[in-house]
Amino acid sequence: MGKINAAAVAQIESICARYKDEKTPLMMILSDIQNEYGYIPLEVQEIVSQHTGISVAEIYGVVTFYSFFSLTPKGKYVIGCCLGTACYVKGAQQVIDKFSELLHIKPGETTDDGLFTLDALRCIGACGIAPAVSINGKVYPKMTVSQVNEVIASYLISEEKGQEVTA
Amino acid sequence: MALINIKIEGISYQVEEGQTILEAAKKCGYEIPSLCTFNHGECNQGSCRVCLVEATGARGLVASCVYPISDGMEITISSPKAVEARRNSVELLLSDHNQNCQQCDKNGKCELLRVASITGSRELKFSGSHSETHLDTLAPGLVRDTSKCILCGRCIARCENAQGIGILGFENRGFDTFVSPAGDRSFADSPCIQCGQCVNVCPTGALMEHSEISLVDEAFKAGKHVIVQAAPAVRAALGEEFDYPIGTPVTGKMIAALRRLGFYRVYDVNFGADLTIMEEGTELLNRIKNGGVLPMITSCSPGWINYAEYNYGDLLPHLSSCKSPHQMQGAIIKSYWAKQNNLKPEDIFVVSVMPCIAKKFEKEREQLKVNDIPDVDAVITTRELARMIKRAGIVFDKLPDEEWDADIMGDYSGAGVIFGVTGGVMEAALRTVYYKLTGKEKDEITFTEVRGHEAGIREASLDIDGTTINVAMASGMRSAKILLDDIKDGKSKYHFIEIMGCPGGCINGGGQPYVRSCFLPNEDDDIMETYKEKRAQALYKEDEGRPIRQSHNNPQIKELYDKFLEEPNSHKAHELLHTTYEARVGFNEIAN
Repeated sequence: MGKINAAAVAQIESICARYKDEKTPLMMILSDIQNEYGYIPLEVQEIVSQHTGISVAEIYGVVTFYSFFSLTPKGKYVIGCCLGTACYVKGAQQVIDKFSELLHIKPGETTDDGLFTLDALRCIGACGIAPAVSINGKVYPKMTVSQVNEVIASYLISEEKGQEVTA
Repeated sequence: MALINIKIEGISYQVEEGQTILEAAKKCGYEIPSLCTFNHGECNQGSCRVCLVEATGARGLVASCVYPISDGMEITISSPKAVEARRNSVELLLSDHNQNCQQCDKNGKCELLRVASITGSRELKFSGSHSETHLDTLAPGLVRDTSKCILCGRCIARCENAQGIGILGFENRGFDTFVSPAGDRSFADSPCIQCGQCVNVCPTGALMEHSEISLVDEAFKAGKHVIVQAAPAVRAALGEEFDYPIGTPVTGKMIAALRRLGFYRVYDVNFGADLTIMEEGTELLNRIKNGGVLPMITSCSPGWINYAEYNYGDLLPHLSSCKSPHQMQGAIIKSYWAKQNNLKPEDIFVVSVMPCIAKKFEKEREQLKVNDIPDVDAVITTRELARMIKRAGIVFDKLPDEEWDADIMGDYSGAGVIFGVTGGVMEAALRTVYYKLTGKEKDEITFTEVRGHEAGIREASLDIDGTTINVAMASGMRSAKILLDDIKDGKSKYHFIEIMGCPGGCINGGGQPYVRSCFLPNEDDDIMETYKEKRAQALYKEDEGRPIRQSHNNPQIKELYDKFLEEPNSHKAHELLHTTYEARVGFNEIAN
């Protein structure tokens, strides 16, 4: 547990304390940690286990069950490609494959520079604009394979300029 | 409980409400095949779909292990639709199952193979991908092979219920799901106490003890003097492997079998148990007299020692420094006995037959070596011994009753026998402590107030000649934790605590024969509730029948002290019979 600094331990403990009166606090605790740090490594799960009395194995099971939770740090930009039925029949597989090819990562992985994470999502409820891609909350409707390069480039350019991409 | 009317296969029955279809059907004389359910809802995931039946009022087929009965319900087990559905469920399980049954030690006791036979799953009609196999052979105690796992969740429930430590859990989702200690770690790299309770409930061969039969074979081949010692709880359960009713002691036949397997000497660990009582009793009295750390806690159960080292590092001074009985006896065999027989310790190979899986881990401990030589070289479980006996073509039932070897060591008292059940070490120690305090034997030898056979906590307060001794017994770590937290908070009023790793003590150890009502057609329906008591009674009966029932009256123990050890807790005794403990961190080698 040497890798986690005292400030982080204190913050995780305060997140656990937030839900101490809940009957089933685990999902809320993990959601907050995921939002705060972007991932939930085993060391952090141990701290949660000590404070909730829930076994590490069970916590690990929950973290690996829900795709929202991650064991490894996510990139600065999380590219979510919807592969729900509507998006899929409209060519979402080709879109995610193109992202994969250009970023040299498989779905679920993060680029070496820590900039991009590629995630395959199940239906995000945006079937009307299929195939849909969402990047850090910004939604790109009716994506095509030919637009993928352009979208990635827009993030790289703004990175160079040091500004955030806004909707 | 109110009675309600149901029909099974068109025949009317009155049954108690509040049961599942599976339970009610069993009481009416039907066995619906099932896999994931275990022991009255200890595990009830409804995940295997092997127990599907038709029931009125339900949409489609229902899983009878979780579906409750209701008044007027008509249940059909034998309809072609239900029969085919159950067969399909089993075939689906088999489609992602490692089918090298002939290589699997569970063969003959495998519940999956049994339901495959009952449902007529012969065609293997579903072929397709196989999920990734996770194999863990690093821990000395147990082996995990997910290629045989059916994801029933029994092991997860047992670890949580019995030990409260929840080492195992489901990981990932869908087809990628597997059961593992957190992070697909080995049992060796997690705070698993290697008690083997999970092995006892696994329906297939996914969780097994780490077999050491081949180590024994190698020792014989190398021409070593292979000496065997068997623990008390083994004799109370070994018979089950040879179709004797649960609770039948088979001491004499077991000795005969061990002799026919070629062991150079066949000793009872009870001699070691008597030795333990001499050392531990003396240690307790010294601690009481000299203001030592109290309460003192027993140290016979290696599962418990593992738990203490992982979770209560600051309480380790409370543990008795005594080695466990088979380690003590191993140390004596390789020192005193070896000298008497003009043998070098390195030419001796000591095999312990144990009801325990954690003993396999224990024997590897660095702290349990004398001059770099381990006290014990191999540990085999009750189940492994049964396999060796069957392998040798020995017809157990036709064996004569024989006696233990008793040259130099091997005589034992009734006190040693009851070590195998929760409260037994306590009672054995009290018999000797009573004598040491009063100078005379207790008229009524037994201390029935400390007896039991279930998990949980029992306590007693004894007045021995003006000295009050408060004692408590706990088995299973879920119960032990309560006593330990009290010690930590400074609230413990006890002088002496006995803790056993497995619920009920060694009679219910992780290496004992599997108890499954489906494989025990001649036992009563409530055998899952009564087997621990039956095994315990077998030991209490042997205690009653022993001519000597107190450890300090064992003549060979007296001789051992006179000729070799001098007196309990002497310098020599400390060197050979006592040990040390070390706090350990559970997840100390986190990868990533």
